[in-house]
Amino acid sequence: MTTAPTHSACTSTDRPVLVSVHNLKKHFDLGRQQCVYAVNGVSFDIYEGETLGLVGESGCGKSTTGRSVLGLYDPTAGHVTFRGQNIHEVKGHARRRLLRDMQMIFQDPYASLNPRASVFDLIAEPLDIHGMYPDAREKAQRVGMLLEEVGLNASFARRYPHEFSGGQRQRIGIARALALEPAFIVADEPISALDVSIQAQIVQLLQRLQRERKLTFLFIAHDLSMVQYVSDRVGVMYMGYMAELAGSHELYHNPLHPYTQALLSAIPIPDPQIQRQRTSHVLHGELPSPLAPTTGCAFRSRCPRAMAVCQSEAPVWREHAAGHFAACHALDTDGSHS
Amino acid sequence: MKKYILQRFVLMLGTIFIIATLTFVLMHLIPGTPFDQERQTSAAVQDNLRAFYKLDQSLPVQYLHYLKAIITFDYGPSISNPDTSVNTLLARGFPVSFELGLIALVVATLSGIAAGTVAALRHNRLIDRAVMAVAVVGISIPNFVLATLLIQELSVSLGWFPAATWRTPWHKVLPVIALAVTPMAILARITRSSMLDVLTQDYMTMARAKGLSPWRIVIRHGLRNALLPVVTLLGTLAASILTGTFVIEKIFAIPGMGRYFVDSISTRDYPVIMGTTVFYSAILVFMLFLVDIAYGLLDPRIALHRKGQS
Amino acid sequence: MNSHATSQEAPVITNDMFEAAPPDPQAVAHVLRPSVSYWRNAWWRLRSNPAAIIGLAFLIMLIVMAALAPMLSAWSVTAQDLKSQNMPPSSLHWFGTDDLGRDIFVRTWYGARISLFVGFMAALIDFAIGVTYGGYSGYKGGKTDIFMMRILEVLYGLPYLLVVILLMVVMGPSLLTIIIALTITGWISMARLVRGQVLQLKNQEYVTAARSFGAGTAHIIRRHLLPNSMGPILVQMTLTVPTAIFAEAFLSFLGLGVQAPYASWGVMANDALGVILSGDWWQLFFPALFISLTMFAFNVVGDGLQDALDPRLGQNK
Repeated sequence: MTTAPTHSACTSTDRPVLVSVHNLKKHFDLGRQQCVYAVNGVSFDIYEGETLGLVGESGCGKSTTGRSVLGLYDPTAGHVTFRGQNIHEVKGHARRRLLRDMQMIFQDPYASLNPRASVFDLIAEPLDIHGMYPDAREKAQRVGMLLEEVGLNASFARRYPHEFSGGQRQRIGIARALALEPAFIVADEPISALDVSIQAQIVQLLQRLQRERKLTFLFIAHDLSMVQYVSDRVGVMYMGYMAELAGSHELYHNPLHPYTQALLSAIPIPDPQIQRQRTSHVLHGELPSPLAPTTGCAFRSRCPRAMAVCQSEAPVWREHAAGHFAACHALDTDGSHS
Repeated sequence: MKKYILQRFVLMLGTIFIIATLTFVLMHLIPGTPFDQERQTSAAVQDNLRAFYKLDQSLPVQYLHYLKAIITFDYGPSISNPDTSVNTLLARGFPVSFELGLIALVVATLSGIAAGTVAALRHNRLIDRAVMAVAVVGISIPNFVLATLLIQELSVSLGWFPAATWRTPWHKVLPVIALAVTPMAILARITRSSMLDVLTQDYMTMARAKGLSPWRIVIRHGLRNALLPVVTLLGTLAASILTGTFVIEKIFAIPGMGRYFVDSISTRDYPVIMGTTVFYSAILVFMLFLVDIAYGLLDPRIALHRKGQS
Repeated sequence: MNSHATSQEAPVITNDMFEAAPPDPQAVAHVLRPSVSYWRNAWWRLRSNPAAIIGLAFLIMLIVMAALAPMLSAWSVTAQDLKSQNMPPSSLHWFGTDDLGRDIFVRTWYGARISLFVGFMAALIDFAIGVTYGGYSGYKGGKTDIFMMRILEVLYGLPYLLVVILLMVVMGPSLLTIIIALTITGWISMARLVRGQVLQLKNQEYVTAARSFGAGTAHIIRRHLLPNSMGPILVQMTLTVPTAIFAEAFLSFLGLGVQAPYASWGVMANDALGVILSGDWWQLFFPALFISLTMFAFNVVGDGLQDALDPRLGQNK
């Protein structure tokens, strides 16, 4: 990915698929006949070297998807493959080896670091678990290198997390994620908890790391403009379903799904004259509950283009333009008319 | 709520059952007890025992008979005094012990909660520190130590109170004090910390902002919520007061069940030991049950337990 | 609103008045004070608590004296000297003698050994059983947890001291049986405490992070859950000791404890009861004093530890 916000349209032919998600479902059983339907069948591929953004409202299932991709949750249905291997079928030693290539950066820089551990222990922990660098001096060198790579002084290793600011802690978390030399990183809202000025620094750090180490990112966030800046392709989730997936530029300039259109119209533009002239698509209607699965399309209760078929049949995920996917009955009828 | 009470009740029965079984097993598996046929005891005693405990029958029959006896509160003959039964001893001694324990419990509860509340309201001032200092001392001095000290100072040296027996109210002062001090101190500490937690909550500030009188705030809003952890403690406190009566009655020569129990320990009068253990255990378990119900009544979350959200 | 707000006096702000601030994360980190770990911080807080320090000092003194005094004294624990019965404290017998002529000073320190031994054993076993039980139950969660907690509830309902007395009567009184009896139900509060801690901690994000780079259960418990629970665990252990000491003294007082001629504080207090009415105050005074002081010291140190290890609670103290 380049630093300038221009993006090539997704090319499904020239880069290999690193992670593939097939019809992933994740339901949480709360007991007493209650169940949270967090993820209800999403499918997408992530290509080597790209940054795939995942956006949606709070509670749409993007974090759950991210953690399921990593193997932190066992899926209720569907599967995830990494370099062609189903990550849930692999067990034991091979599974640990596989999981080394997939790491995570967490949202809360305060909660994701053990307050009683020194920075050195925190970063060295993945190394210890996998038995890498048994020699103490080499380990210390490695930790020092990782700290410098994320822009921190190597002497910070002796300190404790509570002595650092939010941005610095997030850097520590990134250093920890890099310790095992992963190929793929899931960034679960890595900047949401930070001040805006620090956000830019962290994003630049991530971009630099991606360039230097050829990393692949799944970037989960709810800040739409940031996701556009950072991602090659973007997926939009709603109530556990994927509504639309397209190249970053294409999605923001030609959104097809009514939900995406409403989302994008809500992004404020920092020019008052232009902003005043925009019409925003305010959504009306009832929010469905994640405890009770809806029939048909999950968005129909708020969709301005809802039709009769939306209540009875779930929309089909299909490619409407090159590399541009969406699931919407209205689009299907549009397509068949054009 | 009803389900909750039922659960607790079943738990109570189960516990009593376990204790009875435990007692039975211990008594029969250990050699040298009178239930062991080889032991030499007088013929009268043997006859009594055999008749009551059905010793010539098989073990399972003995067990069932034992359970039945327990349920009907029939605890058999005493060994040291073959003419009296455990029941007689219980009937004679338990009312005394109960009175002692009850008075001590009431005194401890009222003064402990009051002291704790006052300490919380005057947080970090002199009275708070004084109450807490006394409380720490109170939980550190074992009740039998306190009892002997009280006798030594207030009875022998100063002659203010009588040292023994249980006849007049004047006789009751020292034993009750000895028994009540530790629970009082524990209650004071818990009440204080619980009240402090509650007083700093936002809803208390809200009550004050609404202009409610301080008295009403403390009692209505503060105490009711603060008392929850205290109520849960009452069960264990009742247990410690009960076991406390053993030593207190021994020291003050009070003719209660506790003293018979202690004597039976020295004379190895097993039926008395067993019967008293089971009887007292049942009482304690019942008290815990009452505490559970009280807690269920006080904590609205339990009452609403079944209404969906938890 | 006009974006070019100007008035007669307000200066015009233009871009050339600013220059870009170079991002230099290294320069931002000014070190103000040395790095302090959680435990050193707690120790510092404990040190400033006068009551806790006095308690700690007393306990150290007790341990030292209990270890050394019986060896250094001329009198043995059991030696009876019927010519010196019931003598008040003197330069010969610092704490006086009992009704069999035994030196009370030596017996007091011997009793200290027994009480401390019982206390520490009880705390240790509490720790071993309670932490394992509670930790496992909390970490597993679900049905395993519910089942294990039900067992605890039933055990909790058993009257502790009654069961102990029963066992003592049946097994015959001795130091060993005291310890066995005490450890049957004493670990329940520890188990509950550890379970609560584990339940709370296992959902922390740093535990999820550890799992994400492949940490196994043992590793997580060892490196994340236990260290973060050590505070409350330590406090609980400190408060278990006086309970155990009390129980031992109580049992000895009832005649179920350590047997004569050996000395424990409870036994000494029991013996002293007989002579109380004749005014031989010292026979009761010293064991009573030491029981109380020891329990007091442990309570005070325990309280201090609790304040030191959990700074939030300090607001209420």
